[in-house]
Amino acid sequence: MSNGVFHCSETAWCPGCGNFDIVNTLTGVLDDLKLKPSELLLVGGIGQAAKLNQYVNANGFSGLHGRALPAAAAAKMVNEKLTVIVDTGDGDSYGEGGNHFLHNIRRNVDITHFAHDNQIYGLTKGQTSPTSDPCSEDRTGACNLSKPFNPLMIALAAGATFVARSFSGNKEHLAKTMKAAIQHKGYALVDILQPCVSFNKVNTFGYYKEHTYELEEGYDKTDLQTAVLRSMEYGPKIPIGILYQVQKPTYHQQRPAIYDGTLMVDKQLSEKKLEALLAKYA
Amino acid sequence: MNICIGGAAGDGIETMAGILEKTLQRSGFHVYSMRDFMSRIRGGHNFAQIRFGEEPVTAHIDALDILIAYDLRSYEEHQARLKPEGLLLADPQLGIEDKRLLPVALKTLAKESGSARTIGVVCIGALAKLLGLELDTAKAVLKESLPEKLLEMNITAIEKGYDSVEKKHALVSPKVEGQILLTGAEALSMGAIAGGLRFYSAYPMSPATSILNFVTAHAEEFSLAVEQAEDEIAAINMALGASFAGAKAMVGTSGGGFALMVEALGLAGIAELPVVIVDVQRPGPATGLPTRTEQSDLLFTCFASQGEFPRMVIAVRNHADAFYQTARAMQLAHKYQIPVLVLSDQYLADSAATVEPFDVKKAASSVKPLEQEAVDPADYLRYKITDSGISPMLVPGKTEALVRSDSDEHTEDGTITESAEVRVQMVDKRARKLDLLAEELLEPEYVGSKEPEVLLIGFGTTHNAIAEAVSVLNKRGVSIGALSFGDIYPLPTKELKRYWSKAKAVYSVEQNATAQLARLVRMETGLSVDQSVLKYDGRQLSVDDIVHGLEAFGTVKEVSK
Repeated sequence: MSNGVFHCSETAWCPGCGNFDIVNTLTGVLDDLKLKPSELLLVGGIGQAAKLNQYVNANGFSGLHGRALPAAAAAKMVNEKLTVIVDTGDGDSYGEGGNHFLHNIRRNVDITHFAHDNQIYGLTKGQTSPTSDPCSEDRTGACNLSKPFNPLMIALAAGATFVARSFSGNKEHLAKTMKAAIQHKGYALVDILQPCVSFNKVNTFGYYKEHTYELEEGYDKTDLQTAVLRSMEYGPKIPIGILYQVQKPTYHQQRPAIYDGTLMVDKQLSEKKLEALLAKYA
Repeated sequence: MNICIGGAAGDGIETMAGILEKTLQRSGFHVYSMRDFMSRIRGGHNFAQIRFGEEPVTAHIDALDILIAYDLRSYEEHQARLKPEGLLLADPQLGIEDKRLLPVALKTLAKESGSARTIGVVCIGALAKLLGLELDTAKAVLKESLPEKLLEMNITAIEKGYDSVEKKHALVSPKVEGQILLTGAEALSMGAIAGGLRFYSAYPMSPATSILNFVTAHAEEFSLAVEQAEDEIAAINMALGASFAGAKAMVGTSGGGFALMVEALGLAGIAELPVVIVDVQRPGPATGLPTRTEQSDLLFTCFASQGEFPRMVIAVRNHADAFYQTARAMQLAHKYQIPVLVLSDQYLADSAATVEPFDVKKAASSVKPLEQEAVDPADYLRYKITDSGISPMLVPGKTEALVRSDSDEHTEDGTITESAEVRVQMVDKRARKLDLLAEELLEPEYVGSKEPEVLLIGFGTTHNAIAEAVSVLNKRGVSIGALSFGDIYPLPTKELKRYWSKAKAVYSVEQNATAQLARLVRMETGLSVDQSVLKYDGRQLSVDDIVHGLEAFGTVKEVSK
């Protein structure tokens, strides 16, 4: 547990859950960034991962299943000073919230999205998730007869400006990836591979440790075609790291006349302007 | 005077009606105008109906004084409503044989002016002459409404139209001044702005799209965050995120979109996030009649969502209500930290009327703010148990206080809990807010005889037609009055019980098939109406519909004897 201001309180997760590594790494990164708890808003939907905001000393919004992204994006739109981070699961991010996932990428609101991807539905006890591995003859437990969802490739196709993958068990890698994502201006996705100790007996800590590898030094993260190719790599070898990062105008930057430096929440009605508008209807 | 202009989608009926309304307003008349459009971009049959006069006009009636038919279908659809002494303006090429026909070579004149698309302006010119309006007034409106490059041909067109006919009426304008002419959607949108709107999100859906268009067009002027969402679920979850973060938020949709918003309505309830949800009703279920009108979402909006939580439903009655009540809804939502639903419909949203100018200051301060004790950020509790049930709401990031909201049941600091004791405390706390709200509910508006034998009850946009029907019947000596609800849920019952106790017969007048208002009243008071005048064909109840409906019950005639 982190000893900083973002200390993590008692949780309702299973012992050994990958979420512990994620929350502890996150609070460490937040302490490192010297953020104040009141400047941070953690948003979640519903699910085991989505409970994260309940356990961290910060502002928190636990909304509906699948709907974390629209709430988080709008909170950022009107209250730009808040650092807004979504921590929620693969079902929430890619299943129930799939449509919001696609369209919030297009908006490029400056928020960070940590998708805790354990490739299974934990809170409902072990159903297939969009990212569960394909079924094979010897596969036991939840697996995908449908084609698995490739969040990184889809994020790239939708125009995301920061696309990364990390693994909860590789804390050093996770910390630097999280930090880069939070510091990125625009929507940043980090798909975090995470073991579910209770229900996913295939994609375990050992499995991820064996199959993941860090992107090589000198990898060009500004090249979209390379990123797309790497995002297709999944199975015996799973790349982790920042697959793609470029700087594009954020949601706010694209609307300078409205987001002019004064927070939306601080703006007031101009009665005179409204009276003038009404007078035009005379 | 009651004028109907009919043609196909794409004929420019909307543009022409807009110019004509403005010309009539500038000529000093009271104007009320409605639209009847099909869900298509080209073809089919659309019409606009414009009623104007020396006295205030607040609803539409059936009988027509003038019918302008661009095509044969418009003639066939509406000729039965044209008075025997009425005037039919149409191109002789249509081959209509009718004693009321005033043939004008509309198409030829339009083409001579430079474009077949000026046909509407040719009509306006002809109408101006027929009605005895000043041509210069119409020309001035044209100049304001059209882009520079189209102006010359349209000025030619209006002159050709003017010269094509002889003066028929010499209408004396009451020279009403200072009124504004606007649609219900415009009034509602500006009401929201007056109420402090900062965030609006929506997915385009008829007949609510005009609100999205309006706030988008004025976003920079009024510093509004406006977002077209990927779907209605996103729209309301965005609004709730914005509301949590400190912005007054509203969403607008129609019944189908509201159906998608229902889970988040409950989130607003349990997380106590202020939000205004505008349902511009259209006939359902499912896609129903997309461009038409109905009042069939009343019970749906009153009871939508799993679980129990306080909410308020306000049905706006007319243009002034759309402005003032939407402003009030924004403030009530904020004061009580509840979702407030505003019920409008296609009829009001798309109809234009001349009304007294709106008082922005009055609208902006229509709700007395809550007296709140100072909050110490160090021991801030977002869901503090209070006597009023209302807890202090701080904007995250503005103080050291941490703000947490949860769709799960939660403790006073917003942390998830399964405690039986806290659950009961929180349900009760939220419910208590209704006690205070009850004190500021607006009783229904009453019109008619002092002690009516026949009592009508209605809600929302049927108000103006009901009021005029009552006036018509009062003049015939019928002892009749009507209570018209704006605040409808929670249902204010004081005036209802008072009038009901003295009336011999009570009827509800509603734009739906199942008498939803009558059912709501029975549920809340145990009182049952005798019968209901119901219309659910997608076309708004007219004054005539109400009078004829009551005559059919017999009671009206009996009383009038």
